[in-house]
Amino acid sequence: MTGTILFTIACLVALGLLFAVVLYFVAQKFKVEEDPRIGVVESILPGANCGGCGQAGCHAFAENVVKAPGMDGFFCPVGGNPVMAKVAEALGRAVEEKAPMVAVVRCNGSFANRPRTSEYDGYASCKVMATLYPGDTGCKFGCLGKGDCETACKFDAIHVDPATGVASVDEEKCTACGACVKACPKNVIELRAKGFKNRRVYVSCINRDKGAVTRKACSAGCIGCGKCAKTCPFGAITVENNVAYIDFTKCKMCRKCVEVCPTHAIHEVNFPPKPKIEKPNEENV
Amino acid sequence: MKKTFRIGGVHPHDNKISAEAATEIFPAVETAYVSMAQHLGAPATPIVAAGDKVKVGQVIAEPSGFISGYVHSPVSGTVKSVAPRGDIAGNMVMHVEITVEGDEWMEDIDRSDTVVADIPYSPEEIIEKVKKAGVVGLGGASFPTHVKLAPPKDKKAECLILNGTECEPYLTSDDRIMRERPREILIGGAIMMKALGVTRGYVGIEENKPKAIASMTEAAREFPQIEVVTLKKRYPQGGEKQLIDAVIRRQVPSGALPIDTGAVVQNVGTSLAVYEAVQKNKPLIDNVITVTGGCMPVQHNYKVRIGTPMSKIIEVAGGLPEKAAKVISGGPMMGRAIANLDAATVKANGAILVLSEDETRRRKESACIRCSKCASACPMGLEPWLLNKLSRAGGMYDELEKERVFDCIECGCCSFTCPAGIPLLDMIRISKAEVMKILRSRPKK
Amino acid sequence: MNKLLVSPSPHTHSPESTRTIMRDVLIALAPAMLVSVLASGWSALMLILVGVAACVLTEFLIQKYLIKGPVTVCDLSAAVTGCLLALNLPGNSPWWLIVVGSVVAIGVAKMTFGGLGQNIFNPALVGRVFLLVSFPVLMTTWDDAGAMFGIVDAFSGATPLGAVKEGLKNGMTLTELTADNLTLGQQLFFNLGGSAGELSSLALILGFIYLLCRRVIKATIPVTILCTVFVISGIFWLANPERFTNPIFNIFTGGLLLGSIFMATDYVTSPMTTKGQIIFGIGIGLITVFVRYFGSYPEGVSFAILIMNCTVPLLNKYCKPRRFGEVRK
Repeated sequence: MTGTILFTIACLVALGLLFAVVLYFVAQKFKVEEDPRIGVVESILPGANCGGCGQAGCHAFAENVVKAPGMDGFFCPVGGNPVMAKVAEALGRAVEEKAPMVAVVRCNGSFANRPRTSEYDGYASCKVMATLYPGDTGCKFGCLGKGDCETACKFDAIHVDPATGVASVDEEKCTACGACVKACPKNVIELRAKGFKNRRVYVSCINRDKGAVTRKACSAGCIGCGKCAKTCPFGAITVENNVAYIDFTKCKMCRKCVEVCPTHAIHEVNFPPKPKIEKPNEENV
Repeated sequence: MKKTFRIGGVHPHDNKISAEAATEIFPAVETAYVSMAQHLGAPATPIVAAGDKVKVGQVIAEPSGFISGYVHSPVSGTVKSVAPRGDIAGNMVMHVEITVEGDEWMEDIDRSDTVVADIPYSPEEIIEKVKKAGVVGLGGASFPTHVKLAPPKDKKAECLILNGTECEPYLTSDDRIMRERPREILIGGAIMMKALGVTRGYVGIEENKPKAIASMTEAAREFPQIEVVTLKKRYPQGGEKQLIDAVIRRQVPSGALPIDTGAVVQNVGTSLAVYEAVQKNKPLIDNVITVTGGCMPVQHNYKVRIGTPMSKIIEVAGGLPEKAAKVISGGPMMGRAIANLDAATVKANGAILVLSEDETRRRKESACIRCSKCASACPMGLEPWLLNKLSRAGGMYDELEKERVFDCIECGCCSFTCPAGIPLLDMIRISKAEVMKILRSRPKK
Repeated sequence: MNKLLVSPSPHTHSPESTRTIMRDVLIALAPAMLVSVLASGWSALMLILVGVAACVLTEFLIQKYLIKGPVTVCDLSAAVTGCLLALNLPGNSPWWLIVVGSVVAIGVAKMTFGGLGQNIFNPALVGRVFLLVSFPVLMTTWDDAGAMFGIVDAFSGATPLGAVKEGLKNGMTLTELTADNLTLGQQLFFNLGGSAGELSSLALILGFIYLLCRRVIKATIPVTILCTVFVISGIFWLANPERFTNPIFNIFTGGLLLGSIFMATDYVTSPMTTKGQIIFGIGIGLITVFVRYFGSYPEGVSFAILIMNCTVPLLNKYCKPRRFGEVRK
């Protein structure tokens, strides 16, 4: 009995040693030389593998950024500037600070503003719906509200509001990885600068129809009247294809356009409540 | 034994409730809206402008590419505008709007009822006449007919198959024309056979249209080279590939064209249009539209001028009933739901089908029980359950290509048959589009 | 009129749903259930009712409180499992036995894999095999003292297959054994002794015909299994009729019909393509015959089906349907 046990143990130990030696030599032979900095950079990255940087994942990002001569073209939208600063430090390079971004849904087509003209009864996916017809409202451009962005978001940051039927972004959670921008078949979502104190001014509509058509479809759509463009003291607003667009790199957030917009299609967010005086305080960022 | 295709298929209830309604001429409208996208391929280019006077049958738009077609005015009157207008889905498409004044036809159109049987034209002349008349496939795909009648040089057509299957439930417009105008259809067939240089012709008709079979068989005595083939009732028998398989027992290989089997398939409606174009100089300006549905009080088959708003047709047919929930252009299996009732009819419109809520509302989706009914029903021998799974996983394009998602003919058998109510076709359709995009971008060997 | 509905095609649907399919299976099982009630009395009826209730309740509780997802007991799939399990037990089993079996069937074999459509093994069979190895005595003795309406005399003892196996083990030859064996007629109508659902082959065949007519199942799997069993056991029988039972006996006794018609054709755990289904059926037939002839259990269908259940994903992967336009090689 004891003999058997001892024999078994001896056999297993011998086998174990043999395999250990074999494995050691195999490991030596097939060793892959990897720049140790790749590991360092990868450990700094958030590890969400969201692909928001345009690379296949965090490891691919680390590999490519180490190989590259500088930091140009590399930016982790999830980690933002702090992470990029750390990466640059680890690699002994300098990095420019980028304005933090956030996803913005440019559609005002809530149930109240944009009456439904038909009822979609297919599979609940914007992609399926968009291949079928322009939408269940008179508007051919706005949010379809079937939640492809919600499915695409890895950070639980965008949801279709059941009260309005339009997607809305949770800016605390949004990392501006751009997954929703790619997922939206209507190109409603745009990445915009987060802005000073998260304050932003943007045209919340992309309807390219003529004003009368837009007005019929939605009470809060941009009718392309151009009042905002005329009012803007900084030339930040352009009207093209019957829809206004605010260039966030030029906008100084004076909010004059918000006041003149006849359909309230231009939104301001995170501004303190307006003082009663007509003259708006000009904030320069 | 009656012939049919060999793989898959389903048996939806055929509901041919409008079969006994004789074709009525639809009353004249005040305004016609003629779409420039009435055929597969590039939209036609309008050659009229606001204020121009047009006659019935006058060319108002010219083809803008090889796969494109002529468009003629279906009415006489004054062009009011040339502007984009919503189609049945609500997409903006260029339309010519014509205010109707009287009913003045082009002088060269033979409007008499006499049937002209002699075909004095050469194949080239026939194809030119068909092209000039703007004839397109009326089976639904609206592929320009003159392109199909002139197959590539390296392919040899061996026979012509006229498609009178009308396998979609509810539709009866082909049934009606086969009963009412069998001789003209067969002359149209003979014209196309001459153009193709073939000596063998078939007319495939499903067994649920005995009267059409009888009248076509009777008329076919005059045409020894054309055989009327009775087919079993089975959907999608009217699919081009399925019909070729059913009639001549040849299957179109994956990725190949139907002409590779030597067969050219044309709808019986197209055949009638070809007859009128060649023998009567009449361009394609009207078609027979079935207006039907279980909740409609009366069913109709109307001969409607192209460009008539759908809402007008429904109004004349008795208006939308209270119960109506969905209006479909075409049949319930492959037709398109109409979102915009103001849209005007186009050449390939075969039916306006009104369904009630309980007939058409989609079921709640439940778990796949792997019954493999979808795989048994698929006429292309695909596995819809697997394609659905791969499609939902996202990004599995290599696997989808290996499973031949691009072979899908979108007949809807899988979604129709799924007991769990899974929208299989919805999923397959979007991944098919993605895979086709990848295939097209790939450099050719 | 409300807003128009818009959806991609098709715009119509066949009347079939998961629920109607399961309902058809229950209807097809009705003759077998009736026979078991006639043979074993109210205890068999109680067994079926307890089985259905236990399965449905287990599924409901798991879906509602453990998974906290949608409750889908209305699709009747749990009821079918309960019925099949009841028909797989002796007619006079105690009620707690089937409750244990149901909890194992639904809780372990079905819900742990993700519920309907996700399980690898047939839940009812897992329940039966679990009981068979845990409570062998209860599962293999029959005491039909409660027979109703005087149609059958009270009967107790082993199944025909069990008796044969026992006899062969004790050195008897088949000629000696068949003296008190059953005639073909008895095999068809009333087997006497066996699980509740195995009693009457005729009742099961009636159910089979109903399922075929309603196009719920295809004949491929049952027919392949039965043919395989017939051919293989025929070869053995011709080689040595004293040692091996004849093919007819093999087909009509034990759970072969119940298994091949109702358990092997379970959608979830059988292959999707005809090719795969034929391989699946042949496998079940072979394993059944070998377990019956050479194994220590008299009965092999449950094991055969469970073993072949494991091969289904592979069969689905490698047995593809013939594509349209594919050249036959």
